[in-house]
Amino acid sequence: MGDGRIQVRRSAGARLWLSAGWLLFVTLIAIFAPWAAPKDPLAQDLFSGRLPPFWVQGADKTFILGTDSLGRDVLSRIIFGARIALAVALIAGTLTCLIGATLGLLAGFLRGWVDVVISRLIDIWMAFPPVLFSVLLIAVLGPGLFSIILAIVVIDWTRFARVIRAEAMGQGAMDYVAAAQVAGRSRLGTMLVEILPNVLPTIVVLLTLEMGIAVIVEAILSFVNLSISTDDPTWGGMIAEGRTSVHQAWWVLVFPLVTLFLTVLAFSQLGEGLKDRFDPVLR
Amino acid sequence: MAELYTVSDLHLSLPDMTRKPLLGAAPRLEILKGLSFTIPSGEILGIVGGSGSGKSTLGRALIRLLEPTAGSISFAGLDITHLPESRLRPLRCRFQMIFQDPMSSLNPRQQVAQIIAGPLGVQGLDHSPARIADALDQVGLPRSFAQRYPHELSGGQRQRIGIARAIALKPEFILADEIVSGLDVSSQAQILNLLAGLVKDLGMTLAFISHDLSVIRRLCTRVLVLQHGRIVENAATEQVFNYPQAEYTRELLGSIPLPDPDQAWL
Amino acid sequence: MSFLSIRNLSVQLKGGQRLLRSVSLDVQPGEVRGLVGESGAGKSMIGKAILGTLPQAVEVVSGEIWLDGVDLLTLPPRPRRRRIGALAALIPQDPLTALNPSRRVGPQITGRLIDILGWKRPEAEARARELLAEVQIDVVERVLRCYPHELSGGMRQRILIASAFAAEPKLIIADEPTTALDVTVQKQILRLIAGMQAHHNTALLFVTHDLGVVSKVCQTLTVLYGGLVVEEATVRGFFNAPQHAYSRALLAATPKYTDPDASLLPVPDAVVQALEAQVAAADRAWHG
Ligand SMILES: Nc1ncnc2c1ncn2[C@@H]1O[C@H](COP(=O)(O)OP(=O)(O)OP(=O)(O)O)[C@@H](O)[C@H]1O
Ligand SMILES: Nc1ncnc2c1ncn2[C@@H]1O[C@H](COP(=O)(O)OP(=O)(O)OP(=O)(O)O)[C@@H](O)[C@H]1O
Ligand SMILES: [Mg+2]
Ligand SMILES: [Mg+2]
Repeated sequence: MGDGRIQVRRSAGARLWLSAGWLLFVTLIAIFAPWAAPKDPLAQDLFSGRLPPFWVQGADKTFILGTDSLGRDVLSRIIFGARIALAVALIAGTLTCLIGATLGLLAGFLRGWVDVVISRLIDIWMAFPPVLFSVLLIAVLGPGLFSIILAIVVIDWTRFARVIRAEAMGQGAMDYVAAAQVAGRSRLGTMLVEILPNVLPTIVVLLTLEMGIAVIVEAILSFVNLSISTDDPTWGGMIAEGRTSVHQAWWVLVFPLVTLFLTVLAFSQLGEGLKDRFDPVLR
Repeated sequence: MAELYTVSDLHLSLPDMTRKPLLGAAPRLEILKGLSFTIPSGEILGIVGGSGSGKSTLGRALIRLLEPTAGSISFAGLDITHLPESRLRPLRCRFQMIFQDPMSSLNPRQQVAQIIAGPLGVQGLDHSPARIADALDQVGLPRSFAQRYPHELSGGQRQRIGIARAIALKPEFILADEIVSGLDVSSQAQILNLLAGLVKDLGMTLAFISHDLSVIRRLCTRVLVLQHGRIVENAATEQVFNYPQAEYTRELLGSIPLPDPDQAWL
Repeated sequence: MSFLSIRNLSVQLKGGQRLLRSVSLDVQPGEVRGLVGESGAGKSMIGKAILGTLPQAVEVVSGEIWLDGVDLLTLPPRPRRRRIGALAALIPQDPLTALNPSRRVGPQITGRLIDILGWKRPEAEARARELLAEVQIDVVERVLRCYPHELSGGMRQRILIASAFAAEPKLIIADEPTTALDVTVQKQILRLIAGMQAHHNTALLFVTHDLGVVSKVCQTLTVLYGGLVVEEATVRGFFNAPQHAYSRALLAATPKYTDPDASLLPVPDAVVQALEAQVAAADRAWHG
């Protein structure tokens, strides 16, 4: 029949499985990095510097994706880099979500002075330029995993708070909230039992998006050398190094870049995919 | 008969956000302009009036979803005009409302079973699956609907879920806001008989907002006619239908479309 | 040639249960066809099938929907949507969910005119004002700037009526459009419909439970039960000599304004059983 809906649904399923599959793969590899990586990511060998990936002429087949200018194995560095990228994504994403969504929910549902206070806070917060803010923060705290996570949380909670506040406000105007009040449900109960399930799909989408953003932010900070110490493999650090020698050794730049891109894409698609699959209202 | 509700000189205004200046408070829009009436217990009060005349707002004030700006409402001898929510909560199970808009009054992400069980659970009443099945039977819906979400129902089926939720609590007073207009005449007859039965057998009191004057005439003992937030007529049903006093009431009665293709009407 | 012609349309849940059972109906230009029937019979489903907005869990399994000489079900989604947008409009059953809760009402009415029909903004706004006045809203300026939840039920419904009328479509599917309106406003709206029918030759599919309204605006009538057409008649024929037992039961269940003490009779069990048997027979024929 001339009806596009069935196709749309099929591709929505594919989106979920592809993105979840990729992220699961990256996670497993990150967890089992010491076993999954073929080489030591830090081992330098100046005699085997800038070896191309295995299918190019003159490659050493044991360095599957080639080596960088110091002779370190690109594949192993990507695998170990996944640990930091994912740790930042999960911890920073979850914390940002918890703080931002809670404040947004409270402001949007309770309104009144709670809303005034939280909204003011958001406005003031957003008046700071975010990059300056994070650079400042890391300059004070010193580079490191903890500072990156803190920087992300501090900058991005407002995104959650704003969106969830608006959403909760919209839901609060619906009669089912009045019906809960008529039934004698407490304010807190109404917020958790009635409103939260209705903003949850938005929270999930934002959360996965935020995880993707965290991966990018971590990469950017590594790129400008504000992240982890330069020896530890990070995707951003690899991209920075690869950029300087892109004409002699493109693979040092391209492979981490592709991995980064796929991971960020997978995160952003995961949220939409989960929503399509599990939200009863869309089924 | 004792009065269940006594309303005197009820005023209610809401902030008019469309004229809110950038800074400062919004001007207020007066919606109810001094209503006085009583609802004796065991009575079915019909509330009719133009669209936008304030019927739903009056209903929301009666069950204290809105706080009056002036005047007083007392329920069963208790002044509830300005009671805070914490003091109202123990009273809540005694007066219920069935909302005008069936879709928005049902939580879109809860199944029918949860929707009906919710208020019962809050009040500490029986909310077993058997009780839910019972509630669905009462409003003439198949028991298998317990597992459906609101968007999987037709308009009239949603409306009946709202009715089932309210009467399951066996309250003393129900405010029914336009609850039968989305039902086919057969389900409508069933619901009207059900409500009339509850009033007769359990001594429930009912306020029934409707535009269908035939239904009002069939069901109600008294009728209140509202226009622009004021009461223009308040009398026994037959009085209103046979000897309408207000001009507006006469106009309403003259506009009823009777199910008869020969009546000249348009 | 009918403007809208539905032939043997069957619609089912993806699990397999049929919701519409080989429904056929026609609407001529300038005709108002009433569609009545039990709640849950599939009246709204017919409207959704025409407009291509069936829920995800539901699919068309067979049949044709001819709109102005083209079978919509053979068109690819995009041209189909464009064709429907140009020719037809819906007055949805559920006003609050049809309106976007976080946008003011005014832009929601003019949006369609500007985006789909390419009107200029001032032109669209003037038209919106004019229409709101026609549907008896006396505080037009305030209403245009309100959010949907700040309006009464009947006001929301009139907003949707106004936006459906705005572009002067050739076919209007009105799904219980006057349930929240008092009788005087309802009368004005029905007058407006009669006017459009007379001046623009608009075709209307009018879903309602109010047999009083049916007798006033409709010329023909289709009675639906369990997704099955059980009677098709002219309005006069239906009221004077209803053919099907279900139609007679519907008339009996209608509260009589002139005889308020008559007890209300839901459709008798015997009739319901006969109807269920008819539905089961239709399903056997379908599967067999
Ligand atoms: N939250 C609100 N904020 C501002 N104005 C409101 C709000 N709710 C309702 N109003 C206004 O109050 C008036 C009365 O509304 P109400 O819903 O009580 O009417 P009604 O008599 O129930 O009408 P209907 O029969 O159409 O449902 C309307 O003019 C409406 O715009
Ligand atoms: N998404 C869905 N999943 C399962 N069943 C559905 C879904 N949507 C609708 N239905 C069922 O389809 C049937 C037809 O629904 P429809 O909305 O067309 O009824 P209707 O005739 O418009 O009734 P009403 O007069 O109450 O609005 C109903 O029995 C309903 O329960
Ligand atoms: Mg109302
Ligand atoms: Mg319907």
